[in-house]
Amino acid sequence: MKFLFDSDTWQEIYGSIRKNKMRTIITIIGVLWGIFLLVVLLGAARGIENNFNKIFGSFATNSVFVWTQATDTPFKGFQKNRRFSLTLKDVEILKSEYSEEIKLLAPRNQTSNLIVKGFKTGTFQVSGDYPVLDKIQKKDLLYGRFLNGNDILSTAKVCVISEEMYKQLFDKNEKPIGQLVKINNINYKVVGVYKRSQGVSFDGDSAYIPFTTFQKVYNTGNRIDWMMITANEGIDIEQMEADILLTLKNLHKVHPEDKRAFGSVNLGVEIAKITGFLTGMQFLTWFVGIATLIAGVFAIGNILLITVKERTKEIGIRRALGATPVSIRRQIVLESIFLTTVAGMLGIVFGALVLYFLEMLVGQGDDAVLVNPTVNIPIILIAFLTLTILGTLIGLIPAYMATLVKPIEALREE
Amino acid sequence: MIEIKKLHKSYPIGKDKLHVLKGIDLHIKEGEFVSIMGSSGSGKSTLLNIVGLLDEHDEGEYYLNGQLIDNLNEKKAAILRNKFLGFVFQSFNLISYKTALENVALPLYYKGMARKERLKIAMEYLEKVELGPWANHLPNELSGGQKQRVAIARALVTQPKVVLADEPTGALDSTTTDNVMDLLRDINNEGMTVFVITHEEEVAEQTKRVVRLKDGVIISDELTKTKTI
Repeated sequence: MKFLFDSDTWQEIYGSIRKNKMRTIITIIGVLWGIFLLVVLLGAARGIENNFNKIFGSFATNSVFVWTQATDTPFKGFQKNRRFSLTLKDVEILKSEYSEEIKLLAPRNQTSNLIVKGFKTGTFQVSGDYPVLDKIQKKDLLYGRFLNGNDILSTAKVCVISEEMYKQLFDKNEKPIGQLVKINNINYKVVGVYKRSQGVSFDGDSAYIPFTTFQKVYNTGNRIDWMMITANEGIDIEQMEADILLTLKNLHKVHPEDKRAFGSVNLGVEIAKITGFLTGMQFLTWFVGIATLIAGVFAIGNILLITVKERTKEIGIRRALGATPVSIRRQIVLESIFLTTVAGMLGIVFGALVLYFLEMLVGQGDDAVLVNPTVNIPIILIAFLTLTILGTLIGLIPAYMATLVKPIEALREE
Repeated sequence: MIEIKKLHKSYPIGKDKLHVLKGIDLHIKEGEFVSIMGSSGSGKSTLLNIVGLLDEHDEGEYYLNGQLIDNLNEKKAAILRNKFLGFVFQSFNLISYKTALENVALPLYYKGMARKERLKIAMEYLEKVELGPWANHLPNELSGGQKQRVAIARALVTQPKVVLADEPTGALDSTTTDNVMDLLRDINNEGMTVFVITHEEEVAEQTKRVVRLKDGVIISDELTKTKTI
């Protein structure tokens, strides 16, 4: 291996590479393009994946949301287009009937109201909620706390507001906790400020007040707008969704085949679709990247082969001057490795630069397309190693061809 | 130095064989200045290739520096070429992207000599052929005669036992031909064995011994009249 550290070896390689500039450039572009595409595609795929993770990150991924709409089938004396509401009774029945399947259940009521603080006002969503909501859709609290059990029991007039509401209703640097805001002309004490999650949210900028308080103030009685349900580990969430809907249809005298009466979203299923898409995309990325890489390596082999033919005479001269077949082979293989390595490194650098610019262009802020588009170092190393090995192997072909030609034949060519 | 006994060589041409060398006996002693004369097709190039270990003979014996050449593999042949032989070709055969100096230094590279040392030695030889100022020129910046002198310097740089010159003046005009022959004679006068192949009578006359080849056999082998220079 001593020849690897011999400056003469590299001098020879440098000489022949510099002489054949065109070939060198074309070869390098071939491999560079391959690894560049691999890096950029993998990085972009990762960025999109990160983005999805960000969007769904704040949700328990095994969540089902259920609400009511209007019936589309007459049933038990009721006409179609009947409207009805879910009730707290439904919640109790579901909780007891599906105690094994359901992990958390949050009944929710929502409305929209003018919120007043001093001279500042704004219209926002107001949600009546149980503390359990925080477990289904994690609230990132900047100040204070979320609703708790005491608030529910005492029908406390407290609220948790969003960062956006705080900015609109409060002066800069004003302490929000303990202050009063008027919602629907009733004073509520602010107990917490949360930051809206960047991803999917079923709430806008909502002021959260205790469910029981909402019941009283808006006179909703037992009615609820909708509910969020999360399943226990290992539960078939689609089956649970179907079962729950059937039970609810039964409770509300809705035809079992009624497609419109209840609306529901199964987040688990939606996420599975997206992760399936992501997996497909990653596969495609690898496939395209590796195929391009191999094509690039073959391009190197091809070009080296051509140049070996062009260089038969040079090789003949070298051999007449005492070059052994091994030293000729070594030089051509090293040229191949050197070209692939340099091209590979350049490809990685350019790929990283493009990812960097992508991140700057579309990776910033809430509506980012790509979040943190990166490629793991081990993946890069493996790709690089594969490239070098392929470069060596492909270099062996022209190297072998070079030594097949007898020096006398090489020299005879004019 | 070179001893050839009953050497035969034939090339396959389709199904037939072309018998090129038909039993050559030749003995060249150290320090001789020999030319092989012959028209094209006489077998003189084949003889040089065999002597230069670029080709293998079919029958007969060939001793180079007392060593029997038989069943050489490429590696051994390469080492022997590097050690004992220096080549000068009709078409110079310089490597186009290397400077004159680097071309001269190349055989030393294959000998495994360090760069600094070999460039120094190569420079000495370039100066010997009076091309010191052209050391960093590429071959295409040199005239034919200069190129051939670079090639001769390259042939000498390893201090070989024999310099083999294949039509060294074939591509040169008469003035430069004389220059190159003078140079070869100088080398011979310093004790080097020089083996020239040519079809030109004037070139052969300038050597000390002329071996005439015709249809694969030696038809005459005589010393030339020693010229006073």
